[in-house]
Amino acid sequence: MPLRITENIHNWLFSVMPEGVASLVEMTLIAVVYLTIFAVAGLFLVLLERRVAAWFQLRIGPNRVGPQGLLQTMADAIKLLTKELTGTEKADKFLYNLAPYFVIISALMALAVIPFSAEFHAFDINIGIFFLIAISSIGVIGILLGGWSSNNKYALIGAMRSGVQTISYELSVGLSLLTMVVITGSLQLSEIIEVQKSGWLILQGHIPAAIAFMVFMISGTAETNRAPFDMVEAESELGAGFHTEYSGMKFAYFFLAEFINMFIISAIAATVFFGGWLSPFGITESIPELGVFWFLLKTMALVFLMMWFRWTFPRLRVDQLLTLEWKYLLPINLVNLVLMALLVWLNLTLRL
Amino acid sequence: MERILFYILALIMIGFALASVMSRRMLRSVIYLLFVLCAVAGVYFMMDYNFLAAIQLTIYAGGIIVLIIFSVLLVHHIEMRMEIARPTRQLLTALACSLGLAAFLSVIYTYDFQVSGPGPGTEVSVIGAKLLDYGEGGFILPFEVISVLLLAAMVGAIVIAKGTKLSENKNEVK
Repeated sequence: MPLRITENIHNWLFSVMPEGVASLVEMTLIAVVYLTIFAVAGLFLVLLERRVAAWFQLRIGPNRVGPQGLLQTMADAIKLLTKELTGTEKADKFLYNLAPYFVIISALMALAVIPFSAEFHAFDINIGIFFLIAISSIGVIGILLGGWSSNNKYALIGAMRSGVQTISYELSVGLSLLTMVVITGSLQLSEIIEVQKSGWLILQGHIPAAIAFMVFMISGTAETNRAPFDMVEAESELGAGFHTEYSGMKFAYFFLAEFINMFIISAIAATVFFGGWLSPFGITESIPELGVFWFLLKTMALVFLMMWFRWTFPRLRVDQLLTLEWKYLLPINLVNLVLMALLVWLNLTLRL
Repeated sequence: MERILFYILALIMIGFALASVMSRRMLRSVIYLLFVLCAVAGVYFMMDYNFLAAIQLTIYAGGIIVLIIFSVLLVHHIEMRMEIARPTRQLLTALACSLGLAAFLSVIYTYDFQVSGPGPGTEVSVIGAKLLDYGEGGFILPFEVISVLLLAAMVGAIVIAKGTKLSENKNEVK
């Protein structure tokens, strides 16, 4: 069904306009669709986070605006849009205003590479996973700039911590994904899913794959600056961390990007370890439209796992954070990579 | 379409490269440099060399720029401005720059460039095989030399970061 609709729009566009204009219009349409997904997913995840937090703390959570509080975050977004944009007097205005866009554009670019289903895949680039890692390393520049240019000591400390944290944990994210690439033999996301038709990678690679999954979830949580790794905006010590001086919609950009990054990390994990849009044991293979449903189900389960982390573990200190990465995760990862290579070499992977 | 995109990217590169040199605020210069590097990655994407583009983004935009920003954060206050050089020095620099540019342009315009045929391909597997190839046209030697160099740099960094041990009363160096 979705293929039909996009195909019809594509044909209609090229029939009424010259080719160059039509392809431009088509690109714009796709960008608008992804922006909509970005906004809706972000708002929905904020609501989910608040309800899950309430559930863990035996509260009710937002339940007044709309049925079960479903419209609460929409109302919040409208409120944020109408708020005054304040700033500090001696801030570097240019960089201060530029910073949120770094964060949001890198999140949007990463979203474009993720395969929602076999057809719903905007940009199937042949270096898929590597592109995701490259993009995610740019997002941190926005945080560093925002922290420095607001000319506030809490914001500066938050930004410094963020730099240390992201540079260290990027290694673990990259290496754990590399471990899985050893099995798939390809970086392209559609091919990675193709390989998993004979069993999800976490089953195919069994022990090293499970270790890689755990390392990826830990370092992914750290990359998105979420608790227990939220040194960047530790409320009890730093006010609000790097976005202390931001208000209104500019603050909302940082906030939304954080939630979208959580979605992206979960989506990568779902794609690389749990078969993406493939159904378990191929039970709905005859109905390809259900691909989006399975993909979102797996991603949401992992998002829930990350929220579970957040409301269960206490925050780490900076030194503990760095010890965890450099003295535990990185050596485990390197050994795991060799183990996985041995496994593939000796043909010990499980295939259905 | 391609031509327009190329000129847009080239304009971005030249404009931000100039801005990066001329800005008196250090962090702004770094960000202009980041835009230049991203535009270079854009040119690689246009040539369909995705792997090199992603490398450009990870190493230069994500790695080196973040390191530079980090060091600026440590040493530079927001109200500082870089000082303006003396007029004689400005004149000398302008002369040297225009001489370099002239030499560069004359070499490019006088050289007779040949259109090359299709290369060996830009897939990651091809690049990986070439890097480990010790036959003709393989890159195993530079690859190994660079790894030794990186190892030496890493050992050096650890030695510097470790510093000297302090004695019991923590005041004098052993």
